[in-house]
Amino acid sequence: MGVVIEQELGTVHGDEMILNIGPQHPSTHGVLRLKVHTDGEIITQITPYIGYLHRCFEKHCENLTYEQSIPYTDRCDYIGSMNNNFGYAVAVEQLMETKVPEKVEYMRVIVAEMNRIASHLLALGTFGLDVGAFTPFLYCFRDRERILDLFEMLCGARLLYNYIWIGGVSHDFPVGWVEKTYEFLDYFEPKINEYNDLLTYNKIFIERSADVGVIPADVAISYGVTGPNLRGSGVRWDLRKDDPYGIYDRFEFDIPIGTGAMGSVGDCWDRYYVRVRELEECVKIIRQALDALPRDGDVHAALPKKIRPKAGHVYSRTESPRGDLGYYIASDGSDIPSRIKMRSPAFTALSCLNEISRGWMISDVIAILGSLDIVLGEIDR
Amino acid sequence: MVDYFLETFSEITWLASSPNLSFVLAVTLAGLPIFLFMALNALIAVYAERKISAFMQDRLGPMGQGVGLHAGKWGILQTVADAVKLITKEDIIPATADRKLFIIAPFILFTASFTAFAAFPFNEYLVAADFNIGLFYILAMGSVGVIGIILAGYSSNNKWSLYGAMRSAAQIVSYEIPAGLSLLSVIMLSGSLAFRDIVAAQTGTTLAILPNWFILDNPFTFIAFWIFFVAGVAEVNRTPFDLPEAESELVAGWMTEYSGMRWSFFFLAEYANMFIVAGVASLLFLGGWLSPIPGYLEGNLWGIFWFISKVSFLIFVMMWFRWTFPRLRTDQLMRLCWKFFLPASFVTIIGVGIWDLFVR
Repeated sequence: MGVVIEQELGTVHGDEMILNIGPQHPSTHGVLRLKVHTDGEIITQITPYIGYLHRCFEKHCENLTYEQSIPYTDRCDYIGSMNNNFGYAVAVEQLMETKVPEKVEYMRVIVAEMNRIASHLLALGTFGLDVGAFTPFLYCFRDRERILDLFEMLCGARLLYNYIWIGGVSHDFPVGWVEKTYEFLDYFEPKINEYNDLLTYNKIFIERSADVGVIPADVAISYGVTGPNLRGSGVRWDLRKDDPYGIYDRFEFDIPIGTGAMGSVGDCWDRYYVRVRELEECVKIIRQALDALPRDGDVHAALPKKIRPKAGHVYSRTESPRGDLGYYIASDGSDIPSRIKMRSPAFTALSCLNEISRGWMISDVIAILGSLDIVLGEIDR
Repeated sequence: MVDYFLETFSEITWLASSPNLSFVLAVTLAGLPIFLFMALNALIAVYAERKISAFMQDRLGPMGQGVGLHAGKWGILQTVADAVKLITKEDIIPATADRKLFIIAPFILFTASFTAFAAFPFNEYLVAADFNIGLFYILAMGSVGVIGIILAGYSSNNKWSLYGAMRSAAQIVSYEIPAGLSLLSVIMLSGSLAFRDIVAAQTGTTLAILPNWFILDNPFTFIAFWIFFVAGVAEVNRTPFDLPEAESELVAGWMTEYSGMRWSFFFLAEYANMFIVAGVASLLFLGGWLSPIPGYLEGNLWGIFWFISKVSFLIFVMMWFRWTFPRLRTDQLMRLCWKFFLPASFVTIIGVGIWDLFVR
């Protein structure tokens, strides 16, 4: 009995082989499928296939009230849920033209930056894992765990927080939380050097990531790549500074960009190192926000029981750990949005994969994919 | 040991009459302890690896609070539980696999390591088969194993396996050259391929107090030791040279389609090969069963102790590598071998020759 092996032939040339990476593969960061044309180990073409984690986020939102959509935003970029909540809340508040209390603004910045640290730690760790270093991954998780513990104390959830609500946050900081966060920051700051010692300046790691998968600045911009990936290409673009939302204009912090320290500007090492340096900047922001945090005050703005923005539409964008996270919301005046569209930064980052990984080897594609720090939940939505 | 058994059997009348039977018996009796030792080695090494990696990664590793379903105190029964799991696992052979080669591949790899063990002296007398070319034999057997890997990769009919096998073949064949060449410096100094003579040449002291091991003999043997050790790590496919089974790239490389007992043979062979590389390195460069304090703590049992300790230390270093370094890329691996290790090993040969003739 013969066995039929189906193959998608397409445009295979003489010596090429089609390799199917994923959706079940250890380093596709979720359920991504890559159809890779290989010549030996060299990649000639690579096509990402997405949709294995599609959950109809945008369609669901059209059937739910504005508040009910917030838990769904958690599940888009599940590594940076706080930032997703934040982006959505900011968009709806813009649509409603409301202001949130001063205290809430600080609380939002604190939790969003904490979540950015957690997200970057995961990105750094899994990038190490992709190039074969197992230990940095667990070091990153050890510290990420502390943030998750703090979040658990804050809202009971460790991954999908549903914390930032329209016009406020769900709970005030519990007693002792602020002190614990200070403690965490004191603990965490020296640990950044530990990652550098272990991974960043490791000779093999530099060999594997420097000069690999270079995204030139013009390519990055034309593909709409944002966030640390764009900054890795040497473009100083961060919405927290360039188009401030919330109260980000009140804080002092730098925007690290890729300098090509180990290879050329925009290589995997630069993208990785931008994230490492952003950890320090996040710590700076959180410290400032904690120092300035008003102790008293309500954590909800006075909003009507049913949120009914007047008819119109809004596009608002915030800086999530992965980049420029946009929400387009169209309202018809009822308590249910008529259309919600989310602009996913990971989606645009993934779209340039073919452009930057042609000519590299299979091992490099895994490294490049790791350095882009994609989250499939956000790409597929 | 084989010779000892044969001598003993020649005194037993009913066995002496049939030399074939007594030979088979002697080989079996000498081989059985090796098999048990290999299994024990894997058992202990896996547990050690779990615990060492755990401590390096700031976690506890396997732990258990009691008996029963728990893995014993400090998880010492973890590997036993693993072994039970592997034995009871369903044996899957993919429908499109080349059945015969698929079945035979693990055994080729395992047999290669097993037969290499036969020439391994644990002290001056405890050796299964005493050769006058023991070193050469072990290196030769080490090369046979790669056939098993290629067959496993080919017969699985899986692209990941194929990539893994191709990488492995290129890697092992390449790294054997610097490994072999770096050993030549020791052979030049000792003038023999027999472990007994090589270790005997390392007795005594150098620089008044240090043991006269070849690693301390001259700067070139010191370099040769490291070339051999790193090339050895590459030969046993461990990080940073674990490209053939690179988990994040090739799923599990040439082992992708294997599971259960067949896979555990690969596993046994991997840890046995680690032992062989560490063993050859300690016999040739670290004085084998000689005491680190010349003149003290010597004797047959101490010899076994020192040998095992040296090997364990080198295996620990391999684990240390594994849990510290990222992985190299194929072309970087080849560049390292052909452009760095190979010229360096030639330099050690010439250097040792010049040193021996003029400096000493």
